[in-house]
Amino acid sequence: MNKLSNISLARRAWRIRRNALRMGEVQGQGYIAQALGIADVLAVAYFHALSFRPEEPEWEERDRFLLSIGHYAIALYAALIEAGIIPESELETYGSDDSRLPMSGMASYTPGMEITGGSLGHGLGIAVGFALGLKRKSSKNFVYNLLSDGELNEGSTWEAAMAGSHWKLDNLIAIVDINDQQADGPSSAMTSREPQIDRWRAFGWYVERVDGNNIDEVVAAFDRARLHDGAQPRVILCDTKMAKGVKFLEEREMNHFLRVDPDEWEMALNILDEGKPA
Amino acid sequence: MSETPVANAPPKRLTTSAMIASLAAPGQRTKPAPFGHALTELARENKNIVGMSADLSKYTDMHIFAKAYPERFYQMGMAEQLLMSAAAGMAREGAQPFVTTYAVFAARRAYDFICLAIAEENLDVKIVCALPGLTTGYGPSHQATEDIAIFRGMPNLTIIDPCDALDIEQAVPAIAPYKGPVYMRLLRGNVPLVLDEYNYKFVLGRAAMLRDENDVLIISSGFMTMRALEAAKLLEQDNVKAAVLHVPTIKPLDEAGILAAASKPGRMVVVAENHSVIGGLGEAVASLLLRHGVTPAFRQIGLPDQFLDAGALPTLHERYGISTEAVARQIKSWL
Repeated sequence: MNKLSNISLARRAWRIRRNALRMGEVQGQGYIAQALGIADVLAVAYFHALSFRPEEPEWEERDRFLLSIGHYAIALYAALIEAGIIPESELETYGSDDSRLPMSGMASYTPGMEITGGSLGHGLGIAVGFALGLKRKSSKNFVYNLLSDGELNEGSTWEAAMAGSHWKLDNLIAIVDINDQQADGPSSAMTSREPQIDRWRAFGWYVERVDGNNIDEVVAAFDRARLHDGAQPRVILCDTKMAKGVKFLEEREMNHFLRVDPDEWEMALNILDEGKPA
Repeated sequence: MSETPVANAPPKRLTTSAMIASLAAPGQRTKPAPFGHALTELARENKNIVGMSADLSKYTDMHIFAKAYPERFYQMGMAEQLLMSAAAGMAREGAQPFVTTYAVFAARRAYDFICLAIAEENLDVKIVCALPGLTTGYGPSHQATEDIAIFRGMPNLTIIDPCDALDIEQAVPAIAPYKGPVYMRLLRGNVPLVLDEYNYKFVLGRAAMLRDENDVLIISSGFMTMRALEAAKLLEQDNVKAAVLHVPTIKPLDEAGILAAASKPGRMVVVAENHSVIGGLGEAVASLLLRHGVTPAFRQIGLPDQFLDAGALPTLHERYGISTEAVARQIKSWL
């Protein structure tokens, strides 16, 4: 992929948010706050970091992007549409019968969806297998795994974290969306507590922590993670704001699964459009 | 415990509740580590095969493969969830993982990972698990008495329960060309060799009639086929003629083969399995027969629906009705 300027990345992120809002409108509800929150990270991942061919989603030399948090599918579809892997016309089928875009991400449904997510705590272990499998083939490609702070509650995530450093998987990059929100409330009030940096370091990982809604910071973190020369896996901890970019949704409490009234979608899109980047 | 220990009883040296014990009767012919040798042999040709284990390679005969191909063996540590999810990732990248652990850990601890990461995507992962059913006297922590009940409900998963060393060494190359997830129950160490006397060949998805007689039909899987064959010899002394239909593939079941055998008039059907009477081969066969209106006299020989005792295997097999003598005794009582 061409490395795009950061201003273009802001435009990409804006379009990912817009795609996600339009899909949310189809169903009138959904994990839209997560999609708005992670849009900047996905823009950097797909339009700065990853190698891929839109017309050939299974291209052997692609970087693998594994979404373990299946409910973020709406966000990834939005990015895959922007990347040209899914046609924009399918957007309006989101969550409908026989759609390739079900509410939870599944490998067999959607081009560009590498794994079936949804049962949290699977992604990083599967990513370890991908990374071992790529090394076995002497591939130079990276395996990215987007997981969430809630997913750090799962013990299997830490089995995988131990394995990543044990096998010196320098081709593995975990991205953790720290939005401090899970189904029952704030992640920080459950077991995914600070200090996150120390936890990952103690497990042998190279750690970056950034404001996940600051594109310049995210770009720099991805670059450092990819170029780091240590024989160890890398993690980019991204602090994000739920529903970022649509103020009245940002302020809604308990926005893990947002219900948005019919008239509010238009309002949300208008607010987003007012902030359209140059 | 079903029996109260007697105070000051002399130590019985021949009994042990150790984790690992051979199923072989004294003097019985055995082959060492049939799975390990078969996999190692197969991997010579099939370069995509990798071995993975969760700190149990030595106890699943995987160590033979690991020694032959150290660069193709992945020691995942005592982490069965990781074992299964990493195997899924390896399969996505073109490897054919054979993963081993104990049946209890695959079925109970790693179920969600086998189900979603492997089976839902129909990935080519072979899960080979030691200590199926009652093959250890170590107690419920290691006795996988309900593994088949757990796995039968999982879509896409093929389930194999081989009888002996011959069955295992033939099953390994037979399941490899099949591109999908397989759960295979494993007998390890010095494994009895029985089926070479019966002109038998493992065919995936097929039942095999080892003895065809008229009084009773024993439908069995795993080492209970060996017990059924021995019991049939005992029954013969009482002039009871027992047929034995070996069903090494539990899922998908050889429905045509079982229906044909069970439809023969005047023959009681007894299903014998090294598994709980709930959710295993017995209930699978019962449901099959009923659905097709085939209703012979029907009995089950299997493990009771309870957590089993610790003890020596011969003691426990007798106690729970799956020893050769207990099989013969029960069948006689039903005729």
